[in-house]
Amino acid sequence: MADTESLTREALDAIAASGDEKSLDDLRVHYLGKKGILTAQLKSLGQLPAEERPAAGEKINAAKRRVQEAIETRKQALVAAQLDARLAVEAIDVTLPGRSQSPGGLHPITITIERITEIFRQGGYEVAEGPEIEDEYHNFEALNIPAHHPARAMHDTFYVRPGMVLRTHTSPVQVRVMENGSPPIRVICPGRVYRCDSDLTHTPMFHQVEGLVIDENIRFSDLKGTVEEFLHSFFEAELPVRFRPSYFPFTEPSAEVDMGCVSCGGKGCRICGQSGWLEVAGCGMVHPRVLEMSGIDPQRFSGFAFGFGVERMAMLRYDVSDLRTYFENDLRFLRQFN
Amino acid sequence: MIFSRNWLREWVPFTDSDAELIEKLTMAGLEVDGVSPVARTLKGIVVATVTEVQPHPDAEKLSLCTVDAGGDSCRVVCGAPNVRQGMKVPFATLGAEIQTPGEDKPFKIKKAKLRGVESEGMLCSAEELGLEEKSAGLLELPADAPVGADVCDYLGLNDVSIELDLTPNRGDCLGIAGIAREVGVLTGEAVTAAEFTPVASSIEDEFPVRISAPDGCPRYLGRVVRGVDLEAETPLWMKEKLRRCGLRSIDPIVDVTNYVLLELGQPMHAFDLAKLSGHIDVRMARGGERLTLLDGKEVTLTEDILVIADADKAVAMAGIMGGLDTAVTEATADVFLECAFFAPLTISGKARAHGLHTDASHRYERGVDYTLQGKALERATALLLEIAGGRAGPVVEATGTLPEAPRVRLELANVPRLLGVEIAAREIEAIFARLGLRLESSDASAITVRVPAHRFDLAIEADLIEELARIYGYNNIPSTHGLDSSRLGAHSESRLGLGRLRALLTDHGYQEVITYSFIDPALARTLADGENVAISLQNPLSEELSLMRTSLLPGLVSTLRYNQNRQQERVRLFECGQVYRQDGEDIVQENRLAGLLQGARQPENWAGDGEPVDFYDVKATVEALLGQGRRRGQFRFAPAAQLPFHPGRCARISSDDGRLVGHVGALHPAIQRQLGLSGDAYLFELRQEALLEARIPQAAPLSKHPEVSRDLAIIVGEEVLAGDILALVRAHAGEYLTSLRIFDVYQGDAVAKNEKSLALGLTWQHPSRTLSDQEIIAIIGSCINALQEQFNANLRN
Repeated sequence: MADTESLTREALDAIAASGDEKSLDDLRVHYLGKKGILTAQLKSLGQLPAEERPAAGEKINAAKRRVQEAIETRKQALVAAQLDARLAVEAIDVTLPGRSQSPGGLHPITITIERITEIFRQGGYEVAEGPEIEDEYHNFEALNIPAHHPARAMHDTFYVRPGMVLRTHTSPVQVRVMENGSPPIRVICPGRVYRCDSDLTHTPMFHQVEGLVIDENIRFSDLKGTVEEFLHSFFEAELPVRFRPSYFPFTEPSAEVDMGCVSCGGKGCRICGQSGWLEVAGCGMVHPRVLEMSGIDPQRFSGFAFGFGVERMAMLRYDVSDLRTYFENDLRFLRQFN
Repeated sequence: MIFSRNWLREWVPFTDSDAELIEKLTMAGLEVDGVSPVARTLKGIVVATVTEVQPHPDAEKLSLCTVDAGGDSCRVVCGAPNVRQGMKVPFATLGAEIQTPGEDKPFKIKKAKLRGVESEGMLCSAEELGLEEKSAGLLELPADAPVGADVCDYLGLNDVSIELDLTPNRGDCLGIAGIAREVGVLTGEAVTAAEFTPVASSIEDEFPVRISAPDGCPRYLGRVVRGVDLEAETPLWMKEKLRRCGLRSIDPIVDVTNYVLLELGQPMHAFDLAKLSGHIDVRMARGGERLTLLDGKEVTLTEDILVIADADKAVAMAGIMGGLDTAVTEATADVFLECAFFAPLTISGKARAHGLHTDASHRYERGVDYTLQGKALERATALLLEIAGGRAGPVVEATGTLPEAPRVRLELANVPRLLGVEIAAREIEAIFARLGLRLESSDASAITVRVPAHRFDLAIEADLIEELARIYGYNNIPSTHGLDSSRLGAHSESRLGLGRLRALLTDHGYQEVITYSFIDPALARTLADGENVAISLQNPLSEELSLMRTSLLPGLVSTLRYNQNRQQERVRLFECGQVYRQDGEDIVQENRLAGLLQGARQPENWAGDGEPVDFYDVKATVEALLGQGRRRGQFRFAPAAQLPFHPGRCARISSDDGRLVGHVGALHPAIQRQLGLSGDAYLFELRQEALLEARIPQAAPLSKHPEVSRDLAIIVGEEVLAGDILALVRAHAGEYLTSLRIFDVYQGDAVAKNEKSLALGLTWQHPSRTLSDQEIIAIIGSCINALQEQFNANLRN
């Protein structure tokens, strides 16, 4: 019988030389299996004198443990090497772009309207919409603009038939809200509006967002505060705001709102026509006749209304320089907002 | 309204700089639109007399002039045709500078040789001084102009024209006097009262006046002036004032009436007396009556038009424009001057209805001071006699129903209630006094005032509150921030926001566009669905923008074309918006959502899937949209032949209850070719209403029992629709069917021509027990029977 010592050495050499898990497993069976060589040595202990058996048994067991450990160690090394090899093979160029749709995007007018309405939603305003082909009563008369009022000339109205117009502002939506509801009212009305005018600074279709608040004790000072808060929120800047007396048939007092120029900060530049101010909104206290016509008692309730031109707000916010690009829908323009 | 600052200063001696004046006007609601100098900036231009004119030896069109400018006489070469001995002219001396606005450097006058003769300066035209666009010759100065005086001072050229963008309520500021009144309020300076000495009549001639429309014409004044010389030259000072207010000099009569219009805001008219017959009657027009206006246009009058008539015919549209037949001409010697007040409600809208807009109609529509006519007529007569001579007759006045100055009561409590600021009663009274609102009564709770005749815009309490706020200063009213809301509004879960659908589309690579609601009827015809009656604009900007869209698709298709022309090869678009159609007498307006898909399925990429999109890509988008409301399975797709879609590649989508949701399909190839589009385009258009309805989810307990799945492969005729097969199988697969899908469609060598093979996957699960093999076999059998019966289907293998 070969001596344990040389068997162990032979086994360890074979383990070190083995190149894969299969041959390693064969070695395990060969040396340590039920019929393995080292196992057989244990079985042959019986042939030794009884007093030698413990020491010899211990020696063989130690040899078995050594071989077992060597197999385990070798196995781990082989697995690790195999994984390393696989990882090396599987490496890819992670700088290649991902495989997917390129994202689309929203039109800047939609982005602006959503932003404006979202700001007002925080203040408890609800969104109201209405028809774009509107009757003259809601577009004009109910807003204190009777048939021959000079203000009608300022509206350059498109007609689809006598008495029916393309709404020239979103104010008729406010009238419909007042007619169908009762104070307290707090709404924001975004939408398309139309005027027959087309040049560098006018498109025949454009967008407005108007707001209306009616309750007891609504004051001009509340209007000022609301418009200021909104402008500061929209432009994310504490720009100065001033209110200039103006005239709209449906509000009194009426005001135009100027804001310190977003571009030059009030020093004067091309954007603000050197004035340092940008006209951004029209507003006022709802005219008592307008309240009355819509069934609201002006002695008890008061309210304010304001309106922003969406194209202009988007121009100021996103540096759009030509109004007409909004409706050409050149993808190269639109993708800048994605 | 354009006005001259110097003229204004004659009326109110304000000391503000131009910038300060502009700021005050703007902040008082009289928005300044523009300011422009009335001349070039001039240095060293003086009044001079031409003492001698001789021909230039070598140039036919040039003269050699000797000029006296107060010092040594100068020799000047001049090319103006109107140069003559003895005339007074502006003379640019050596070293003089003329600065044109917008140019870097001034033009300097130096010694120069003109065709061999030295010139020691330049005689100037109005053009060279910047007083007019184009001059034919030298500017002739009045004979009494002081020689050697600086022309800039002499003509008052240190002046600016200021343009006001007046709101329609401020008709009272459509004249120098009115602006002066406002500036007086704003600066506290006293305003020159418009007092003119009446012109005594030197002849007896009267032309009778009567008013048959007393409401439309509350006051009419007339006066005969005989022997007027229309050849007379309007003096330079008047021409200059007119020019600086934006009007051209025409002849003495027009100039004088325009001058009074600008000065007082009172429109006037002059008739050729010889052409008037009998008397003046201010009446409503007779229906069908015709009148040729001063501008040569013939109008047919209606009964709501106020006219000035003589004994025979209408001679003017009152407050709008005079007639041609009775107009003053070069041959006129005797005139009849008219100065009237017409009621705003009678005049307003009438000019516009006839496509007219005049200085007179602009003012009468907004309201002219009804106490002003006598004063204005005297002013005009005096100016006319001074310039063009003549003898004036007595003033004839007729009155109708004169307005009454309204009394308006202001409840003091309403000031803080509406403005949010407390203003002391004494301060309110002081502001009203400055505005010319006469205090009628005042107590602890209210103030009553009477409105002056020039303020047509003040009639109710709200008007007074606005005036108060305006003069108190909008920016002196605080901003309050007390409008926080803690009320939680309604929030429906069975209604989606459009934003969700927009987000879905952008995530699928679609770009939102916004196109005009009015489209080219030619494009509409090309893409016609033929079912809708479109609405046309009565007054479109152009033919291309004249038809209200009945569909969003034309806008998307033309946007595709626009972008294809700009080298965009992969286009995905969508738009949300209204469409419009006529339904009998009704106008139907509907919100839609439409999309367009064209080009490669994936953006060009290294992985190489450059396949173009097909119907099932666009359908996937539509299915994703329909799924947002958690109503999957509640929509039906059926083949449809509907323009502008490909007849074999279009589905009509309806909801379970049969309501139309929309269409999806390929653009018809003929339309694609007609529009010159490259590549197949796929489109969908859906009614927003159907998409935004949402189901509120209801959870059911999960079954603990195993699922059972079976596959079924059948062969059917190629014309049999997958949707019909699925519907039939679903109807026979029992209530425990949890999933049904098509996982293979095959047409080719392995099946007969005109046939196709479909592989279906079915899955069942019972909520409370395990389904037995026998049950499943029975169900499959029932499905197979139905498929055989209905579609002549055969089991494959």
